[in-house]
Amino acid sequence: MTDSQPAARPDALVRVEDLKLHFSEGGFGRSRSVVKAVDGVTFDVLSGETLGLVGESGCGKTTVGRTILRLYEPTAGRIVFDGQDISGASTRQLRPLRRRMQMIFQDPYSSLNPRQNVGNAIAEPLEVHGLAEGSQADRRVRELLEVVGLPANAANRYPHEFSGGQRQRVGLARSLALNPDLIVADEPVSALDVSIQAQIVNLLEDLQAEFGLTYLFIAHDLAVVRHISDRIAVMYLGKIVEIADADTLYNSPKHPYTRALLSAVPIPDPQVERSRERIILTGDLPSPADPPTGCRFHTRCPYVQPERCHDEEPLLRPLSGRESQGQVAACHYAEDIEDGRLAPREGLVVRAEPTA
Amino acid sequence: MTLLEIADLQVSFSTRRQTVYAVNGISYDVEPGETLGIVGESGCGKSVSSLAILGILARNGRVTGGSARFEGRDLLEMPDSQLRRIRGRDMAMVFQDPMTSLNPVLTVGRQLTEVLRRHLDVDRKAARSEAQALLERVGIPNAGDRLSDYPHQFSGGMRQRVMIAMAIACKPKVLIADEPTTALDVTIQAQILELLRDLVRSEDMALVLITHDLGVVAGICDRTHVMYAGRFVETAPTDELFAQPRHPYTFGLLRSVPRLDAGRAQRLEPITGAPRDLTERPTGCAFAPRCAYATQASWDELPILRPVEGSGPSGGAGRRAHLVACHNPVPQADLTAAGIGRGRQGNA
Repeated sequence: MTDSQPAARPDALVRVEDLKLHFSEGGFGRSRSVVKAVDGVTFDVLSGETLGLVGESGCGKTTVGRTILRLYEPTAGRIVFDGQDISGASTRQLRPLRRRMQMIFQDPYSSLNPRQNVGNAIAEPLEVHGLAEGSQADRRVRELLEVVGLPANAANRYPHEFSGGQRQRVGLARSLALNPDLIVADEPVSALDVSIQAQIVNLLEDLQAEFGLTYLFIAHDLAVVRHISDRIAVMYLGKIVEIADADTLYNSPKHPYTRALLSAVPIPDPQVERSRERIILTGDLPSPADPPTGCRFHTRCPYVQPERCHDEEPLLRPLSGRESQGQVAACHYAEDIEDGRLAPREGLVVRAEPTA
Repeated sequence: MTLLEIADLQVSFSTRRQTVYAVNGISYDVEPGETLGIVGESGCGKSVSSLAILGILARNGRVTGGSARFEGRDLLEMPDSQLRRIRGRDMAMVFQDPMTSLNPVLTVGRQLTEVLRRHLDVDRKAARSEAQALLERVGIPNAGDRLSDYPHQFSGGMRQRVMIAMAIACKPKVLIADEPTTALDVTIQAQILELLRDLVRSEDMALVLITHDLGVVAGICDRTHVMYAGRFVETAPTDELFAQPRHPYTFGLLRSVPRLDAGRAQRLEPITGAPRDLTERPTGCAFAPRCAYATQASWDELPILRPVEGSGPSGGAGRRAHLVACHNPVPQADLTAAGIGRGRQGNA
């Protein structure tokens, strides 16, 4: 695998190399099985960029995010944060780095203590790291509340008094308290109503511009991810199948899974919806405990071929014979598909309806 | 006769301390082969309205006014025994989370045959083979074997298919689907929507689709009602609604969602504030506190649904009507400035 990995970019804040995370399942007399939640992923998060990590449930995207923050112990591979290998670092060695990397969650309610007022919740990281106390901390809390668009009196209130969007603002204020470089945002807007979603997306963008933040933005909603990301990595069953900058990925996806995923996202415009071609994948996501051999997507791929797909794992690579512009995809037949030499299996592509 | 006709439906919930006015007078009708969308955010009353129609409201919920006529007969006035015969046979419902509506201790085959035998005059064997045919119809592989599986042995998408199979078992004339794909992954959502489209087309079924997702509505609904704080604020043929949204809330929703085909250049315009508290009944427009177009009239007087002025032939009456409940509908110039509707597909 090592020969397939492109060298780290010099401007990478985070470098992830052949990262693996396997969970053991079972016990109590049952045979133990291993779920390969993340099974060899390599990518960089560049300083100041937003890297979107998309995929469907169970693809391992959340696990990648948590492993980067070392909330999980990686099974194999390397995580390099700002030049420092943290894959094997001890809790103590990690502590000074923890300030620089923060996480925000889908449901801020479950990550806030219901008995702690918002002011104390935001001040807590400052105290834990010995950065501010007393009136100094209070001042910082007021400052942070203002930054995320909450009134100063929010400090004396409790999480249940806030709506979902406001709670996400509290979560953001707390994660900003330590002036981090990297924020891993795991589905930060997917629990919110659409009218509120936009408020938080805009806030994330404004904060990035103001504080030079780097985001790893993990979500299943491709429309949101495309909107906020500079580059996007697409995951399927523990592997990255494609990485490209956001516009390239949308305009010219190379991996059949990326194509199917893009074509399945509904667009709020009836005329566009009618004129689009839809690739309907058959079947379900296979279990990550027993992933298919060869290319993991081959059981659902509309372009699956009798050779190579079943038994040879495709590597993430630029397409041969064309300008890649950093786009890499893990498909043996990406060139043939793009050039139209391979046709999708019958019945899997729903052609656009004739427009009236 | 109209297949299903809802008129001025009102529903409220009482708790010891307060009353929540969840649905405050909505009207719509559906015909065979038609797909109707009801779109709104959480708490707007969109789910409650259909639970009320089927008589399955929570115990503290009460229909306080209006009618719901199915083939001319008012479901809300009907004795329970009659309603039970219609529910599940002529009208069926699919919910967001299939796990809560399937019985975990009975096999899927048992649950399917139960529905068939309750409503249709068939013996056990015929019901069994019909159950298998239904699972095949909704695209479940190895349908014969899967009849003896329990709900937890199915994946989320397959479970939703089982729910749809149960709902369509008696060939209902109306299917109400409440966020049927919200809990599913997007590639699975595409499969389920394709299945629903196909059912409407081939069985001439009427589909009422309740969702928060404007993209889903755009892809499948003929007509769409936008709901806010228990009322419809705008209703129009789906094409017209997306091309010419006139209610500030509809306009706001469209500008706040990121579009896959728009990319970074699109600046999201959130709707300020948060949805209103439904324990009070405002004298004016419920959206006024969040609305940039609100005037004194918006606060004083409740706007009713009226045909949109100057929208040409489609602004007219009947099924093509475009209605908006607003004292100050969004002016054309603002739609153009926001790049809404026609001429929006520049990017891609």
